[in-house]
Amino acid sequence: MKLSINWIRDFVNLDGIEIDTLIQKFTLATAEVEEIQHVGRDIQNVVVGKIVSMEKHPNSKKLHLLKVDGGDAIYDVVCGAPNVAVGIKVPFAKEGGQVGGMKIERRPVAGYESCGMCCSEKEIGISDDHSGLMILPEDSPVGTDIKKLYEIEDTIFEVDNKSLTNRPDLWGHYGIAREIAALAGRPLQEVQKVDTGAYESLPAVPIAAENQEHLLRYSAMAVENISVKISPVNMRIRLYRCGMRAINLLADLTNYIMLEMGQPMHAFDYQRVSQIEVGNFPQSIQFETLDGKVREVHPETLMIKSKGTPVAIAGIMGGYESEITEETTSFLLESANFDAVNVRKSSSYLGLRTDASMRYEKTLDPEMTIPAIQRYLSLLFSIDPGVRVISSLSDLYIRRYPKIQIEFDKAYVDRYTGIDISVGQIEDTLTRLGFGVERRGDAFTVQVPSWRATKDVSIKADIIEEITRIYGYDNFAIQTATCAVAPMAREPRKVLIDELKTLLALSYGSHEVHTYLWNDARKLKEIGLEAEGFVRLKNSVSPDIDLLRCDLTPALLCTVEKNRSYAPEFSIFEIGSVVAGIDKEGLAKEERRLSVVFYGRRTEEEALLMKAKGFVEGIASAFYNEKFSYYSMTEAPKPWMHPYNAFQISFGQTLLGLMGIVHPQVTDKIDKKASIIAVELNVDELSKIAKMLPQYREPSKFPSVTADLSYLIASEVPYSAFQSMVETLALPFLESYELVGIYQDPAWKKQKSVTIRFVFCSQERTLESEEVQALVNRLIEAGEKMGAQVKDN
Amino acid sequence: MKDKIEQVKARFQEEMQSICGTEELEKIRVAYLGKKGLITDLMKNLKDLNADAKREAGQQINQLKQQVSEFIAAKSSELEAALAQARLQQDTRYDISLPAKPVTGTLHPITIVQRELEDIFRSMGFAVEDFKEVVTEYDNFEAVNIPKYHPARDMQDTYYLDNGQVLKTHTSAAQNTILRKYGAPCRAIFPGRCFRNEAIDASHENTFFQMEGIMVGEDISISNLIYFMKTMLSEVFQKDITVRLRPGFFPFVEPGFELDIQCHVCGGTGCPTCKQGGWIELCPCGMIHPNVLTMAGIDSEKYTGFAFGLGLTRLAMMKFGIRDIRVFNSGNLKSLEQFTIQ
Repeated sequence: MKLSINWIRDFVNLDGIEIDTLIQKFTLATAEVEEIQHVGRDIQNVVVGKIVSMEKHPNSKKLHLLKVDGGDAIYDVVCGAPNVAVGIKVPFAKEGGQVGGMKIERRPVAGYESCGMCCSEKEIGISDDHSGLMILPEDSPVGTDIKKLYEIEDTIFEVDNKSLTNRPDLWGHYGIAREIAALAGRPLQEVQKVDTGAYESLPAVPIAAENQEHLLRYSAMAVENISVKISPVNMRIRLYRCGMRAINLLADLTNYIMLEMGQPMHAFDYQRVSQIEVGNFPQSIQFETLDGKVREVHPETLMIKSKGTPVAIAGIMGGYESEITEETTSFLLESANFDAVNVRKSSSYLGLRTDASMRYEKTLDPEMTIPAIQRYLSLLFSIDPGVRVISSLSDLYIRRYPKIQIEFDKAYVDRYTGIDISVGQIEDTLTRLGFGVERRGDAFTVQVPSWRATKDVSIKADIIEEITRIYGYDNFAIQTATCAVAPMAREPRKVLIDELKTLLALSYGSHEVHTYLWNDARKLKEIGLEAEGFVRLKNSVSPDIDLLRCDLTPALLCTVEKNRSYAPEFSIFEIGSVVAGIDKEGLAKEERRLSVVFYGRRTEEEALLMKAKGFVEGIASAFYNEKFSYYSMTEAPKPWMHPYNAFQISFGQTLLGLMGIVHPQVTDKIDKKASIIAVELNVDELSKIAKMLPQYREPSKFPSVTADLSYLIASEVPYSAFQSMVETLALPFLESYELVGIYQDPAWKKQKSVTIRFVFCSQERTLESEEVQALVNRLIEAGEKMGAQVKDN
Repeated sequence: MKDKIEQVKARFQEEMQSICGTEELEKIRVAYLGKKGLITDLMKNLKDLNADAKREAGQQINQLKQQVSEFIAAKSSELEAALAQARLQQDTRYDISLPAKPVTGTLHPITIVQRELEDIFRSMGFAVEDFKEVVTEYDNFEAVNIPKYHPARDMQDTYYLDNGQVLKTHTSAAQNTILRKYGAPCRAIFPGRCFRNEAIDASHENTFFQMEGIMVGEDISISNLIYFMKTMLSEVFQKDITVRLRPGFFPFVEPGFELDIQCHVCGGTGCPTCKQGGWIELCPCGMIHPNVLTMAGIDSEKYTGFAFGLGLTRLAMMKFGIRDIRVFNSGNLKSLEQFTIQ
């Protein structure tokens, strides 16, 4: 919202105050000022000039040769304006002057010397009108600086509308002036109004409320005998500088009052609208608004009607049919208050946000409707003294806001602020902001003014804001809090997530990525997958991205695809949320997952799979001092998985996640030459595992004996068969065993040689070779029972 | 006998001249000192001499033997040293300027900034909490004093889900749960991912990170709020940061503030980073609204508290000089690999 300092000066004397500093204070105490413009400083030496003679330019159809009386001399001027005429008075920029950054110099124009310039309104920066010269009133004294006649110079500051969202009182200059007065420590002047009591005997404007829910108040007055059509220049300048276009006096005045008092108003042609009904239409209707657009109006949208005909969309925009025209001589003035939520909804249904609706949405003070009419009349009477009021001030007041009284004491303020603000300062601040203040010692009883009572100020904490913002946050002494010290428990899942990230990045060279919470169906399709999930976004911009993901890996596979030229070997990971289902209450079952994808063009698939398994084993041993189990699944649990190389990872009875080779059809779409392995773990489940404390065992002081046994066995026998064999035997002195290697000779046909190293050791003595041999023999026998030929290396 | 000894000595000295390998040296050792060596032979010949001559010759032979042994030992270590040197000469000399790829990977820039902030707050006694991304309308709105039809619900372009839930639009959605979990007094931060339905461009994302912090106690004041904000931001930027507060409206705080920091790039004189204003709007904050405390079961007459929300994504952009917000969710490793671990 743009605000004019000249306008504010109508209500606060700002003489002797540095305006930029004051505006800076306003930013810190009230609302953010986004821009300050000092307008009109670029208009210099422009005076009232009278065109005393005029000749056609011999070589041009458009140009005229003028003699202009500038007060001090007669100037030769070449002028191209279409409305130039002898006898008119115009703004005249003399030689040496300046107009909108352009220096006025004596210079030849089409062969004739021109010693100045006659100006349009646009050229002197007071409107966008550049159709011709600005014609000044006949009584304008020739030679007078135009700045003495009109408000050419001003300081315009623009306040961020968002920062006024909760301040319905600040949507007009008067409300801003109230803040400025409080900040500057100057008194606030009353607005000049007309006492409407004199018209009480006149007939009232009939007003009927068909909808009592969304209408709070409707005030109206009818006036006739209008003769002035165009608004005074200064009024038009203010409207222009605040971003509005001048239309005609009656409409301009409604806008002027809105910008001044924050109360939107509307003027209807009285010939069309002489009585008012406020209500809805049962069905959608077509309605032409005053901008000439036909709009479909929803049945829930509140309308202003007259004798059943729609004449305005309540609080948003008037109708084309009943607007003020050149011929209008009498009008009905509306000053009303509508339900904020309804206006906001209607405005969004219509896709029509106006200066009026923007204000109503903020919950305006209904007490404003009458003063707005009184102010309107006061201005109208001074501009067009011949007008006649033909109705009483008609007022239908349906819903009042309750009066708000707040009690607090200085101790409360001290506690909330942490500093010491004196009772005198509290009292003074609140009084200047229009609060009714009653103080008994340190105790306050405060009446909230109606313009702050619609939603803005209702509790003690709101009063704190009023006191502190005027006191100035820059003036606060700051200090740390005094609080008890206690160890802070760390959220286990949070700790785990941090550890997992560090482990992956530091030890596995993996790169962390972020992907979206929803599937990208288009990208998934490119790698041969479909979007899967349980919950959809209702208002996604595209149906391709409306399904929330239930697994993390598909998005990471898309990310791998995107990065396939990044390096021949890399891995990426993400720890993120998925929605794995819907619970009994219909709520999303959100899980935090980890997905790691290993991509390799050089590493063999098996080695890559073992790297992935090594990572999972690392979590089990390093984080929990436990072991996880792995099961080959008989079919792929996820479409991205290879059906015969999909593995389940679990701990005890708890399923922790999946690991496997990515389905070759998916891999081929990403990179035919690469192997891709993915691991997806449920971080929520992982974080529930209790850490086992390691129980220390002294390493034996006696030498150990190793035996390497090679088992020639059918290819399909898994290594786990040997593990079970060893566990079943439970040999004494067997300290450890490990796989040395698996050898597969093509000549053997469906057989492989599995070499395992067994380490024997005693805590008490050196083992005899005979007793070790006896143990080895048992391992050989057990191997033979499994169907293996065993060789003792 | 004496002549013989001299002969052997002369011969040895002559033969030693031409030795150039350890094998030759060994042969010579055997030839002189071995069981059938020349010096051993001389010793054997001693028995034919009389006692005096024997003693004299014996001494001479022993002297020779010692000389020869020492000589051979010296020669041997000389040869070994030469051999070792020769081997070193032959060893590969590596080019350390060759590139080596670090085995470490990288963390996401958000993780890096988030950890930094978590460390700062943990050091000040704040608990670090985590929260969901899919939340109820109650958590996201009602519980933080944003009733139905409140304009704030429009202001935040919320993603609504077909099961009636929403994607959390701000980390404040966790306030109620965390206040209930800890009760008063409490100090906690909760970083998290937030979502708003808006068009993506270089400075707008529909998915971004925030970090919320709350501190509730019997006498938590505005003065404390400013202190903590200033301290925290000075830690983040590693220098003394000047902050200022402006009134700002957020339904869950009263009074509410916009916190600006004096531009860390130009120091407040005006530059492109602060759009010439000297200040950067960084963090909405305020005193927790009594309704929010009440809804979390905390006595708002007894306790007060402050809350703040930091844009982690925005902070990461400032810290790393990222101009395009789309980098974060791009998954582009050429961008992301630049962010290292810390």
